[in-house]
Amino acid sequence: MEILPKLLSANALIVAFLVVAVVTWISSVISVKILKGRVPGAAIAIIAGLILAFFGGKWTGGNKGISDVSGLAGFALLGSGMLRDFAVVATAMGSSLSEMKKTGWIGAISLLVGVFISFFSAVIIAFAFGYRDAVSLTTIGAGACTFIVGPVTGAAIGADSSVIAISIAAGVFKSVFVTIFTAPLAKFIGLNNPQAAMAYGGLMGTTSGVTAGLAATDPKLVPYGAMTSTFATGVGCLLCPSICFFMVKFIFGQ
Amino acid sequence: MVIYGVGLLAFCFLVGQFIGESLGRFLGIEANVGGVGFSMILLMICADGLQKRGLLPVPTEQGILFWSTMYIPIIIAMSATQNVFAAFSQGFMALLVGILPTLLLFLCIPVIIKLLSK
Repeated sequence: MEILPKLLSANALIVAFLVVAVVTWISSVISVKILKGRVPGAAIAIIAGLILAFFGGKWTGGNKGISDVSGLAGFALLGSGMLRDFAVVATAMGSSLSEMKKTGWIGAISLLVGVFISFFSAVIIAFAFGYRDAVSLTTIGAGACTFIVGPVTGAAIGADSSVIAISIAAGVFKSVFVTIFTAPLAKFIGLNNPQAAMAYGGLMGTTSGVTAGLAATDPKLVPYGAMTSTFATGVGCLLCPSICFFMVKFIFGQ
Repeated sequence: MVIYGVGLLAFCFLVGQFIGESLGRFLGIEANVGGVGFSMILLMICADGLQKRGLLPVPTEQGILFWSTMYIPIIIAMSATQNVFAAFSQGFMALLVGILPTLLLFLCIPVIIKLLSK
């Protein structure tokens, strides 16, 4: 009986292929048979992934979701930033460069608007919860950009680790929220063309949320959203500890 | 050969990442600025140029398309490795900070499209 655990851990990536295939299959059956195609199979599979991640973290106390469960470590590689970005780049095949050039500046403006709206609305929420010091307010505001901007900003301006933890959590919630709600909201906000996808990618910023959300909405739009969102973390890390921090300091004092 | 396509993809990926990392370093921030975007642009330019010269046969193209179709399974695996439990244990304010600004952003999409497109 010791063969199986050894086999699973020695072939972790292959196990992940199999498990993802099974999850995808079950999700597509649920999509077609139970939900009559109203929710795409990919969306159900991604939500199933998030649920698995929740229980993975709960059972193991680790911070890498289901991949901390023994035998499922391959998820960490299959779902890594490296493979995600590699596959996202591959989706650029067949997308239109001229379309991106044409609407590139909408993407650029969306990036700035996205950072400022996320940042300042989060600062207001943090203020309402009793935070008054500029460093904590800025760190929490940065967490509303992406879950990388929060800790990078917090570290840069010397925030307390508990505040950094909140900013990371906020960024993860954003990513989860964008992942789940992009598909159902898409038709209300006109997210059905490359132009809108580029604005959406820049505004939302969270690459994981944007790429997963578009995958569940319309895979053809993925490269356009990815193109702009890939700049968001950089723009956030640039603006939050500098301009945004100064503005918060100016408004709230020290 | 399929591996030529995978190799082309890897080449574009690495060059783009290098540009993104260098740009981040240049701007003095600890983040990759637009690496995936630069990789994508490079891939589109390369694939387009090769195609026009008839140097992108179907097997080569399939090496790239395979990875593009693996995208959704990879995203499913990525979702399953997010730190969702820790996020939930950070409490109500983190949830609000994650969700309310994001809702605002969703509402901005039609506005931005309307304002910027003529």
